[in-house]
Amino acid sequence: MISNYEMVVGLEVHVELKTETKIFCSCSTAFGAEPNTQVCPVCMGMPGTLPVLNEKVVEYAVKAGIATNCSITRNSKQDRKNYFYPDLPKAYQISQFDLPLCQNGYLDIETEQGTKRIGITRIHIEEDAGKLIHDLEKGTMIDCNRCGVPLIEIVSEPDIRSAQEAKAYVQKLRTVMLYAGVSDCKMNEGSLRCDVNLSVRRKGDNNFGVRTEMKNINSFQFIGKAIEYEFSRQVEAIERGEPIIQETRRFDADDGKTYSMRLKESLSDYRYFPEPDLCPIVLSEEYINEVKKTIPTLPDERKAIYIKKYNLSKSDGEVLTSDIAIADYFECAAEKTAYPKLVANMIQAEIMAVTETDNFKCNINPEHMAALADMAGENIINSATVKKLIKRMWEKDFDPVRVVEEEKLQQINDESAILEWVEKAIAENPKSVADYKKGKITAAKAVIGKVMAASGGKANPIIVQKLVERELGKI
Amino acid sequence: MINRSVYEHYIALNKREYSSVELTKAYLEQIEKKDKKTGAFITVTADGALDAAKKYDEGKCRKSVLAGIPVAIKDNICTKGIKTTCASKILQDFIPPYDAFVIEKLKAEGAVIMGKTNMDEFGMGSTTEKSVYGATRNPLDYNRVPGGSSGGSAAAIAENEVAYALGSDTGGSVRQPAAFCGLVGMKTTYGSVSRYGLVAYASSLEQICPLSRTVMDNALALNGIVGHDRRDSTSVCRKYSDFTIGIKDGVKGLKIGIPKEFFSIGINESIKTAVWLAAKEYEKMGAELVDVSLPNLNSVLPAYYILSCAEASSNLARYDGIRYGYRTDDYISIEELYRKSRSEGFGWEVKKRIMLGTMVLSAEYHNQYYKKALKVKNNIKTEFNNVFDKCQIIIAPVSPSVAYKIGGSENPMRDYLDDIYTVPANMAGIPALSLPCGVGEEEMPIGMQLIGPAFSEALLYRAGYAYENRGKAGDI
Repeated sequence: MISNYEMVVGLEVHVELKTETKIFCSCSTAFGAEPNTQVCPVCMGMPGTLPVLNEKVVEYAVKAGIATNCSITRNSKQDRKNYFYPDLPKAYQISQFDLPLCQNGYLDIETEQGTKRIGITRIHIEEDAGKLIHDLEKGTMIDCNRCGVPLIEIVSEPDIRSAQEAKAYVQKLRTVMLYAGVSDCKMNEGSLRCDVNLSVRRKGDNNFGVRTEMKNINSFQFIGKAIEYEFSRQVEAIERGEPIIQETRRFDADDGKTYSMRLKESLSDYRYFPEPDLCPIVLSEEYINEVKKTIPTLPDERKAIYIKKYNLSKSDGEVLTSDIAIADYFECAAEKTAYPKLVANMIQAEIMAVTETDNFKCNINPEHMAALADMAGENIINSATVKKLIKRMWEKDFDPVRVVEEEKLQQINDESAILEWVEKAIAENPKSVADYKKGKITAAKAVIGKVMAASGGKANPIIVQKLVERELGKI
Repeated sequence: MINRSVYEHYIALNKREYSSVELTKAYLEQIEKKDKKTGAFITVTADGALDAAKKYDEGKCRKSVLAGIPVAIKDNICTKGIKTTCASKILQDFIPPYDAFVIEKLKAEGAVIMGKTNMDEFGMGSTTEKSVYGATRNPLDYNRVPGGSSGGSAAAIAENEVAYALGSDTGGSVRQPAAFCGLVGMKTTYGSVSRYGLVAYASSLEQICPLSRTVMDNALALNGIVGHDRRDSTSVCRKYSDFTIGIKDGVKGLKIGIPKEFFSIGINESIKTAVWLAAKEYEKMGAELVDVSLPNLNSVLPAYYILSCAEASSNLARYDGIRYGYRTDDYISIEELYRKSRSEGFGWEVKKRIMLGTMVLSAEYHNQYYKKALKVKNNIKTEFNNVFDKCQIIIAPVSPSVAYKIGGSENPMRDYLDDIYTVPANMAGIPALSLPCGVGEEEMPIGMQLIGPAFSEALLYRAGYAYENRGKAGDI
């Protein structure tokens, strides 16, 4: 039954910009300070105070727009969005209504069916609200530190058709924002938050169904869960003949379900009007070009280069460009070796295993990594040695060429020398030999291991394997 | 000495004819004596005033023209450590931790701040009766209103309680009280005086403005508060020269426009005549009178109320009883806290305008009202620009009538309609000088307006000075 339906999903992603100061005053935006210590009369909305736009906010939003292929609005303005809530000191949020800074962009995501383009309707700037802290004894308290922290809201087209696509889109968006350097995009600190708009329709139907909105979902996992739950909930409701109500629903991370919030909140009329305390935002072509120059090469373009120039697979490209720090590191090392593919492997297998996700930091000088790749590529050292060296270099970086030389770690390719170890290993391990003879092919591995150990890990594993199999076959 | 002008005080203080402390004490005595009846002040800051005066006398402040001279401040202009109430219950105990830009300027000039003056709540009104502190009376006739909303500032000067004062003008709130009290008031070009620290009513229309006894005083006061402020994004970045330069140069050859629409709508005959006679005086002094027209003047007033109420509904939304200001005693939910605090804290006029503003911004009516009103605002700018191709300044009445009797406002539409001559300058963002031009019924003063293009304050002062000092020997 559910297979007769498809979901139509659009996402609104709020990204906190990492400016030093707030959008309309000079208070700090640092996360995690004592409540109400990063406030002033302006962000507290005290009578008579006025906003002054932080130009960095415009610059970052324009960067985000360019990075997501948007056109930049040359003449935009800010508007007031009016509503009462205790965390909103002015009782209006300064946002943008009909003239957002960026419009008509897109991002390409990888899906099982190949590359898919997700449209971006608009990106606008706005101020964040404060935080309510509910305390059983003291009641509800307000922390205004976050009031006036700059945000961009990135609104996608309803192009998304699955939870996977939604996650891939947010992942991609996050990567691009990190590349552009406009936000640290930490979902756990709320600097990237996601609202999901979802409706369902019968496959083949071109009309949209009635949509619900799920606000402030703060992890990739929850985005997927919320979408999947809400999709089946709506399908089941339709199958039962119940109408879908346009409403805001709350996603409960504990039970993975969505719950209706009071209808009132989704029916509010925000009474938008142009913010009279601020001037229109007028951007010149030169300004936009200047901002453009500050954006590093973006992941899609880099991926294409990696595939073409370094002969990497699409999935290697995907992984290496998922974080600009990885991509930059890879490029540095790849430029200095004849074996970039080996660098790619080493980064993925050895470095990414030990470094924090989202915080790629490699202690090893990329030139040393390149030298390592060269030695491996030229069969001077074997993969076991590469592994060992990386482990040691991670602790304390050094020039691997020198150490290989000093410690004589060169791979041993001399077949006669290796054969001696092979014969010895076979003689000393009759059990493995017997197992092998009984048809337990894997028993050869034990023998290989002994040979490698005897060589101090330096024997060429391919030759070892060849000789072990040959000698075992003779028995 | 208390009936002297700012300029006269400046001369006297410089000659050490009297000290600033003596002057300040004389005004404080007058306040003590008269203000119970007049009700011009909400808060008198005697100690602060005497401290400032002492500083002047001890030579510890700049010897600028405004130094050592007492001034009163409308109670919607924030003063650090001094209650700023907007004459509203909702802000009755609000003490700002910051000074408005103009207060910083005045303090730097060495001005003696005497206190905060009464007004219509949040500037919404034209009689200064709509204050939680009660009505202010017109010192020229205690049975009449001083005009509003800056009625307290005007009455304080007219009662000789201060030498000059600051008010704010959103739709005539400085010019009409000036007219009703026989004073001079300048609505400055939008963006010339910082609004930082002015408690917002209608942000896109209002300016802080000086009220004074004479045109010269007004120019001196504006010198003290004008200027760019980076904390107000609508503040225009430009250099202002001393407004008194050339103030005595007369009006020979000046082209003065007479817009016929300003003399046709429900205007009192004596006022029409007085303004006409003033125009004739200008002609005698060598100015040239030209007929001009602002054909869409009639649509300006409704558009003004739509825009000002729309902005007010948003600007006043922050008074929710959560962080500061009045909070109701009894509530069980956040909605009830909002509703009761606001219902109890705001006066009826304010509530009316908030509701009107909320309606015109609502999705259903936005295009029909708000958007249309914005169009009218742009049109009137164009119309004024066209008029200023034909003349340099315009002469017009300030109000269709002289000061009303207190409590006489049975028809709330009267107060709205009476803004018709003052509102256009706010809608166009251009300066307008209000100054006395004779007396009308029961000897109450009549005011006229000189309206000029943006940043023509110096020209308006020159024309105002010429009329004010006409026939006087020597100076002119």
